[in-house]
Amino acid sequence: MWTVAGIGFGAPWLLLGLLALPILWIVLRAVPPAPIRRRFPGVVLLLGLSDKENQTDRTPWWLLLLRILAVGAMIIGFAEPVLNPQEREPAGSGPLLVLLDGTWADAHDWRQRMERVQSALDEAARNARRVAIVTLTDLPKDVPSFQSATSWRGRLSGIVPSAWEPDRGEVQGWSDALTGSFDTLWLSDGVARDGRDSLLARLQEHGLVRVFENARPVFAMLPAVFEDGKLVLSAQRAAPGPELSVDVIARGPDPAGTDRVLLRASLSFAADETVAQTRVALPAELRNRITRFAVEGQRSAAAVSLADDGLRRREVALVEAQSGREGLRLLAQTHYLRQALAPSADLIEGTLSDIVQANPDVIVLADVARLSAGEAREIEGWVREGGMLLRFAGPRLAASDVSRQEEDVLMPVRLRAGGRIIGGAMSWGEPKKLRPFAQDSPFAGLAIPDDVSVSAQVLAEPDPSLAGRVIAALADGTPLVTRKRLDAGQVVLFHVTANAEWSSLPLSGLFVHMLERLAVSSAGKATADEAGLDGIKWVPIRELDAFGDLKPSEGRVAVLGNALANAPLGRELPPGLYQGGERLFARNVIEAGRILAATKWPASIEVEGLSAARETRLKVVLLTLALAFLSLDIIASLAVAGRLRGPRALSGASVAAPFLLGALFLMPGLGGAPLWAQQGNGTGITDAVKEAASAARSGGANLQTEALALEATTQLVLAHVLTGDRAVDDIAEAGLRGLSDVLYRRSSVEPADPIGLDLETDELSFFPFLYWPITPVQPLPSPAAYARLNRYLRNGGMILFDTRDADVAGFGVASANGRKLQQLALALDIPPLEPVPADHVLTRAFYLLQEFPGRFSGRDVWVEAAPAGAEQVEGMPFRNLNDNVTPVVIGGNDWAAAWAVDETGTYMFPVGRGRTGERQREIAYRFGVNLIMHVLTGNYKSDQVHVPALLERLGQ
Amino acid sequence: MNDSALLRSAAEAEAEALPGLMAGAEHLASAVLLGLHGRRRAGMGDEFWQHRPAMPGDTARQIDWRRSARSDAQFVQEKEWQAAQSVLVWVDRARSMGFSSGDTFPTKEERSRLLALATAILLNRAGERFALAGPGAHPRHGEGQLLAMARALVRDVDAEEHEYGVPDTTGLPSHARALYLSDFFGDMAVVTAALGAAADRGIRGALVQVIDPQEEAFPFDGRTIFESMGRSVRHETLEASDLRDRYLERLAERKQTLTTLAQQTGWQFYCHHTSDPAAGALLWIYGALEHGR
Repeated sequence: MWTVAGIGFGAPWLLLGLLALPILWIVLRAVPPAPIRRRFPGVVLLLGLSDKENQTDRTPWWLLLLRILAVGAMIIGFAEPVLNPQEREPAGSGPLLVLLDGTWADAHDWRQRMERVQSALDEAARNARRVAIVTLTDLPKDVPSFQSATSWRGRLSGIVPSAWEPDRGEVQGWSDALTGSFDTLWLSDGVARDGRDSLLARLQEHGLVRVFENARPVFAMLPAVFEDGKLVLSAQRAAPGPELSVDVIARGPDPAGTDRVLLRASLSFAADETVAQTRVALPAELRNRITRFAVEGQRSAAAVSLADDGLRRREVALVEAQSGREGLRLLAQTHYLRQALAPSADLIEGTLSDIVQANPDVIVLADVARLSAGEAREIEGWVREGGMLLRFAGPRLAASDVSRQEEDVLMPVRLRAGGRIIGGAMSWGEPKKLRPFAQDSPFAGLAIPDDVSVSAQVLAEPDPSLAGRVIAALADGTPLVTRKRLDAGQVVLFHVTANAEWSSLPLSGLFVHMLERLAVSSAGKATADEAGLDGIKWVPIRELDAFGDLKPSEGRVAVLGNALANAPLGRELPPGLYQGGERLFARNVIEAGRILAATKWPASIEVEGLSAARETRLKVVLLTLALAFLSLDIIASLAVAGRLRGPRALSGASVAAPFLLGALFLMPGLGGAPLWAQQGNGTGITDAVKEAASAARSGGANLQTEALALEATTQLVLAHVLTGDRAVDDIAEAGLRGLSDVLYRRSSVEPADPIGLDLETDELSFFPFLYWPITPVQPLPSPAAYARLNRYLRNGGMILFDTRDADVAGFGVASANGRKLQQLALALDIPPLEPVPADHVLTRAFYLLQEFPGRFSGRDVWVEAAPAGAEQVEGMPFRNLNDNVTPVVIGGNDWAAAWAVDETGTYMFPVGRGRTGERQREIAYRFGVNLIMHVLTGNYKSDQVHVPALLERLGQ
Repeated sequence: MNDSALLRSAAEAEAEALPGLMAGAEHLASAVLLGLHGRRRAGMGDEFWQHRPAMPGDTARQIDWRRSARSDAQFVQEKEWQAAQSVLVWVDRARSMGFSSGDTFPTKEERSRLLALATAILLNRAGERFALAGPGAHPRHGEGQLLAMARALVRDVDAEEHEYGVPDTTGLPSHARALYLSDFFGDMAVVTAALGAAADRGIRGALVQVIDPQEEAFPFDGRTIFESMGRSVRHETLEASDLRDRYLERLAERKQTLTTLAQQTGWQFYCHHTSDPAAGALLWIYGALEHGR
């Protein structure tokens, strides 16, 4: 091959044709463009006219140049020019060792490397050299056997890179064992690592070493970190270079389960910087779906970073029975949960039905005993699809009959009635310690602090299945934590409260670790090493190959947590995803803190680039160029000859256009680009239209609700539940009207006219107080209505249930109304009740009362039971009772009838007889006033008990 | 092929073209609505002009009894005087008229024939006598004459050997009207002479120059050899665009000459482009013939 200025020619003698170009110039120059013959009757008018100019009888110089260029390009093109022709390698003799690093850094250009090896093999075959091919990550057991080059060819395809790096010790041992003299061709991956220099020195002892290295930069994706609510994405490159921007993509399943790109971020490396970083704020929902990050366009395991639990922030929904306890945070059921989970999980709070809609990872029910049927069904469905329901016991659960007779679906075990209190006055033992966790328990390996003790718990009913469900127990063997699998999900019950009332467990660090083990929370990598990983066997489920593809792991043995966190990657510990219990742990090729550096070879070593000397054949380019010139020549000739414009312009252009178009298509890079320019503009419009349509749809239906809301919120309104019985509803309304009048006259509470509420359709949350007369025939509310009622009760609403049967029922005699009330209240979240104690705040909220008559005077009135620990302080008239408004008041005195007044203000029903009756009505009104005061002011009156103490302190 | 066969094929070709020409001309003529052109005075004619009291000497036949019965006097109905004019139409049949620069508009000859026949139809409707100029031309009136004229226009399209047309003034009766349709690219001296002779005989009329838009614009570039339709005249140029201005000058000059000539002889001159609708030209022709009457 004959080479000029880096361009070789396959047929150089054809270039002699260039000598003919000047002759062509002269010939072409002498030939003027052919005239057009036109028939034109007006020629007579032209006769005798002469041309003014004379130069157009020769071809213009630029047209000549164009033609000369076209011919020149053709001549050179057919001479088969080649850019950067490959020179033959200097022939050597003796055995040749082809050494491959075989790491992930090789993977991106593995094919070129294999081609290079192939050409080395060809060369060796020509020179009859014996060859050995060795991959450093996959070292042969013994010294390399040098074989004929041809025998290696078939084995080339079996050589693949590994996703880990060579082990230094192994390489050292192998190189020490090398004998004989041979040349070495080292295909380096371009990443500096320890032991390279010593290996080089060792190889040089045996013969000449040549190094091939791709100048292409090596990129690595560092594990993404979650910091200050943002995702920190960082990437590295091995060698500093000019300013460069790479795209990082995050992949994961979409809601339909299809793997797709969830995030695309651009990382820019500043000039001479090796690290690029960016922060991305991402919705938790999206972030939790990410399974891997990758530098786009890099086929290498280093460019992939798998996401595991460390990145996932689980969404935990906290639901507690009642959230009205302002001021008592340390006693709140969820306080310690909140503290334990907040750093590592996203907390969701809200009503149960909303929470299930949000599809969190975990729902925590802290001492919530009773769920409405609809809620229970929703939660069960959610658990069966993989949710985790974490329940805590408490006074409510202990007092309820949930999972008593038969096992509740949403409880892992049956519960024995009542709890037990250990170490109390009635107990015979000390507070119990925890028994060390069993091996098969998810808590296995966690150290139990000495100061963790349990003083009260709910007890599991012994069942055949109980033993399998206990995952933590007390020292005496009573279950402390039980778990039940429910299809894909699980239900876990802590038999103690989530606050420190029943045990000191929530105060200890063990509690946090237990939550972590249950995958309720996910700790960061740093803490994972200490307590999270140890003691658990981690099974590889998917492993990463050198090219960055995830493959299911087969035939791998489980790894111990300690090894998983600390051992270097290798054959036994491939990078990938490991599963231990409920948790996922990702072992990435590039760990946080790893710094990539480019190799530095001694000056004596000849380093050749893989892609530096790529042959490029220019024939096609030149011929295309010639064709383009000729096409231009056609147009130019037409223009010069006057055929392009004038009367025949149209037909002239139509002749030239196909040529022009053809030329555009043939010219690489010129024809293609404009054709693609118009893509991707049409999507935005349709989205906007959809949005507008949905906004219009949701508009009109809410008018009625709005009217009710306005009416209920501009003034205080008492409300009653519409039972469907017209007479009862009218009495209820009249009664509330009478009570409203009395309130208006006697107190600063000035209610407007009462409103009747349909439980199925109306919003309850505007009303502080609901009066619910019971009739035997009223229908049960729908599950949705029950959900609303429960939400109303949990959020501080009060319902006064009135069975209106105190005249006939009582002393255990159940009336139809009473049975109906039981049915109605079954699905309501009603706390334990007791008859109104003498020191209840209802007795002194406005009037001092000791009985609560309505039209009838009898039977007890029931309110929420006082907490067990409430005791009367010496010198105080009242106990310091529960801190919030009782959610229900249940009685049968037919208060509405006693309160009822008609439009003119006269009483509608007689109460009692004579003055006694008037007195009873008065007391009934006073009860109403007290009740509303209690609803509106809560514990205000209860706090009055402190007044004597305060006055004393003030020295008065 | 014998003569009769040739004759027959020619006749069929003629018959083929004739209805088209006739139809086109009829269509064109229908665009111009006109009635008979009375002389605005009493005389011989068909149309009622006025009633006048019967005078002594009027025959009893002349009395309009119907009108007279409505009063005591007798009335005579007078008719409007109507007199037919003779119009001779000359259509240039030379080779140069066969030129058309585009597919969308006709040759100059086609347009001229159409205009001539449409004019004839109008004349026929107006009751005038007309004929195609030529030897033995006898201005007549009626459908038969119209048909004969159409036949003559269709026939002999290629018969003319002349490169450019020469006005034919033979058979022109004195004081008749004439309509000359040509491109007037021929020798101006001949035209001048013909018009002079016509003027001498009291003939007045209209000159319609029918030219192609390309002849008007001269949109040529580059090296070109221009040839007449019969290829007897040619002119070669190396840069046609260079000649444009001078050509247009000469064309304007020729039009001016024709206008001057027409003014001197009491004729009227109009230049029509084949790219324009024929109706405009027909209206002008109609107006010119009527005006000069």
